[in-house]
Amino acid sequence: MMKNCEYQQIDPRALTVSPSSAQIHTVKKVQRLRRKWEVFPGKNRFLCDGRFILARQSGVLPLTLGLIIVTCCLFFAFDCPFLVEHLTVFIPVIGGMLFLFVTISLLRTSFTDPGILPRATPDEAADIEKQIDTSGSSTYRPPPRTKEILINQQVVKLKYCFTCKMFRPPRTSHCSLCDNCVERFDHHCPWVGNCVGKRNYRFFYSFIVSLSFLTSFIFGCVITHITLRYQAGKSILQAIQESPASVVELVICFFSIWSILGLSGFHTYLVASNLTTNEDIKGSWSSKRGTEDSGNPYSYNSIITNCCATLCGPMPPSLIDRRGFLPPDEAGPAASTSEIELPPFAAKNGTHMCTQSTKDVLERMVHSSEFQGLCPPGIPKTTPLGLEGSNTAAPSTEPLPSAGCSRHHACHSVVTPCPPFSRSSRRDSLHSINPAFRLASPSPSLSHTTLILGDAPDMGFILPREHPLTTGEDEES
Amino acid sequence: MNLQDLQQPAVSSKVFLQRDYSSGTICKFQTKFPSELESKLDKQQFEETIQTLNNLYAEAEKVGGKSYLEGCLACLTAYTIFLCMETQYEKVLKKIARYIKDQNEKIYAPRGLLLTDPIERGLRVVEITIFEDRSIGSGR
Repeated sequence: MMKNCEYQQIDPRALTVSPSSAQIHTVKKVQRLRRKWEVFPGKNRFLCDGRFILARQSGVLPLTLGLIIVTCCLFFAFDCPFLVEHLTVFIPVIGGMLFLFVTISLLRTSFTDPGILPRATPDEAADIEKQIDTSGSSTYRPPPRTKEILINQQVVKLKYCFTCKMFRPPRTSHCSLCDNCVERFDHHCPWVGNCVGKRNYRFFYSFIVSLSFLTSFIFGCVITHITLRYQAGKSILQAIQESPASVVELVICFFSIWSILGLSGFHTYLVASNLTTNEDIKGSWSSKRGTEDSGNPYSYNSIITNCCATLCGPMPPSLIDRRGFLPPDEAGPAASTSEIELPPFAAKNGTHMCTQSTKDVLERMVHSSEFQGLCPPGIPKTTPLGLEGSNTAAPSTEPLPSAGCSRHHACHSVVTPCPPFSRSSRRDSLHSINPAFRLASPSPSLSHTTLILGDAPDMGFILPREHPLTTGEDEES
Repeated sequence: MNLQDLQQPAVSSKVFLQRDYSSGTICKFQTKFPSELESKLDKQQFEETIQTLNNLYAEAEKVGGKSYLEGCLACLTAYTIFLCMETQYEKVLKKIARYIKDQNEKIYAPRGLLLTDPIERGLRVVEITIFEDRSIGSGR
C-alpha cells in the first residue's frame, strides 16, 4: 500500500489503472498539463491561450469594428485635410483620441470576462441538494428551487441554477447564449459579442459614451465640411460630388447617433439608479416605487454614489481562472466524459437512472480504493453521467418572444430567440448529479424536465407546461 | 499524526459555508458554526477566522477615495493601466491567501482540517475539508 501510494504521488500522470475503470483514463491528452480554459463548460471562445475570452457567438462584433474603422478612416482621409486647412489642426487630434478610446473600450468589453461564475464543484452541488432535500416539503411536489433572503430589509428571491448547480447570488443571471451565470448581469450584447456584467460594465459604458461623442463629432465635422464648401460658392450637389466619402459618413453617423445617444442616455439612467438592464426590463423593483422612493435594495439613494460605485468601484478579479493549470487527475474525467456521454443519449426513462446509480456506486468503490493515496481532496466521486435522456424528452423549441423592449437598439435584444435546449446535455454530464436525490423524488424524469424548463428562460417568461406537477418557480417577481 | 497518515489523508467529508447576502452583493460568508466541526474545532477560533476573512473581503471591495482614484486613472488611460498595475482587489486577495495558509498551518491542519481559499471556488463558498482521523484507527 505504501509503495502504491508513493508511486502514485511521484508520477500520477503515468498511472495506468486497472481495466475496470479504464474509461477514466482513456484520455490521450494527459501528456501535457491542460489549462482550465480548455475544459471550460460555458459557450465561450478563448484566444491567446486563455488570455482573452469571447462569447462563442461573436455576433456582429466584426461589423461594429468595421463600421467604426471605416468611418474613421474615411473621416481622416477625406474630411480632415479640408478642415485642417480651413479650421484647426486639433480636429484630427481630437478625432484620433476619440477613435483610440472607442476602440480600446470596445475591445476591452469584448475580451474581458464579464463576471462569469464558475460552476459548482460536484461536492458543493451534492451539499446544496442535500440541504434542499432536508428543508423541502415532503409532499408529492418537488421542493421549490428558490431561497428568500433579506437584503437591506427587502426580500429578494434567489433562484437555483440548474446548469451551474448553485443558488444564484443576487443580481446574477444565467445567459442562455453563453451558458454561464454572470454576476450583475446586464444583457448580452451582440454588437460587442459578449455578455455585459459586473466586470466589463464600465468598459461598455465608456464605449457607448465615447462612441456617442465620436459619432457626434464626426457628424458635426462632416456637416461643417460640406457647409464650408457650400459657402465657398458651390451648390450642395457640387460640394457633395467633391467629397463623396462625406455622404457615406453622414449616413452612417446619422443612423448610429439616434441609437447610440439613446443607449448612452438609458445607461446613464441605469448607472445613476444602480440598476441593470435586466432588472429594469423585468421591473424587479418598480412595483415598490409607490411606497418608497426606490425599491432597489442596492441603490445608495444618491446619484453620485451610485455612479461612483458602479463605474469607479474596485475592479473585481476574474473568478474562472482561465490560465490556471488543471491538476493532472482532474484532466482525466473531464476529457473522458466527452467520450462516455454518447451511449446514454438515447435512454429516456427512469430505469436508465437506476442502472446509472448502480454504475455510479460501483465506480465510487473503484475510485476510493485506487485514489486513496492521492493527496488532493475533492476528487469527483462519480463519473458524472446525468439525466441527458430527460433533457431530450423536453420540447425541442420553445417560442421565446423577444424581451418586448420598446427601444430598437440591437443591444437590447436581451433574449435572442435561441432554443434553450440547444445547449447540449453534455453540460449536465460534466457535473455529477447526486443519483440518490433523483431516485428519491417521484416521477423523476418528468420533474427533472419541469425543473429544466424553469431554468432556461431567465427573462421572466411563463412557458407552456405539459405536466400538472409544476411549480411557478420560474416566474420572475 | 505519523508520517504514514500525512501521506495518505482520506477525505471524510466537506463542509461548505455559504455566502451571506444580508448586506447586499458584497463578499461575506456566513459565520454559523457547522455541526460537523463541533468535535474538531473551537467555535471561537472558527468565528474569528471567518470574521477576519469577511473583513478582508470588505477591505478589498471598499468603495472609497483610493478606489475612486484608481477608477478615474484607469478610465483616463482607457483602462490600459491595469496591464501594469495591480488592482486593490488583487492586493487584498494575496493577503487573504497568505492568511488562509497561515491559519491552515497553525490551527486547521493539526486538527485534520483544511480551509480552501474561496477564490478557488469562485467566491461562492468556504470549503472546509475534514480528513479521516487515521491515528485513532477505528474503521468507519
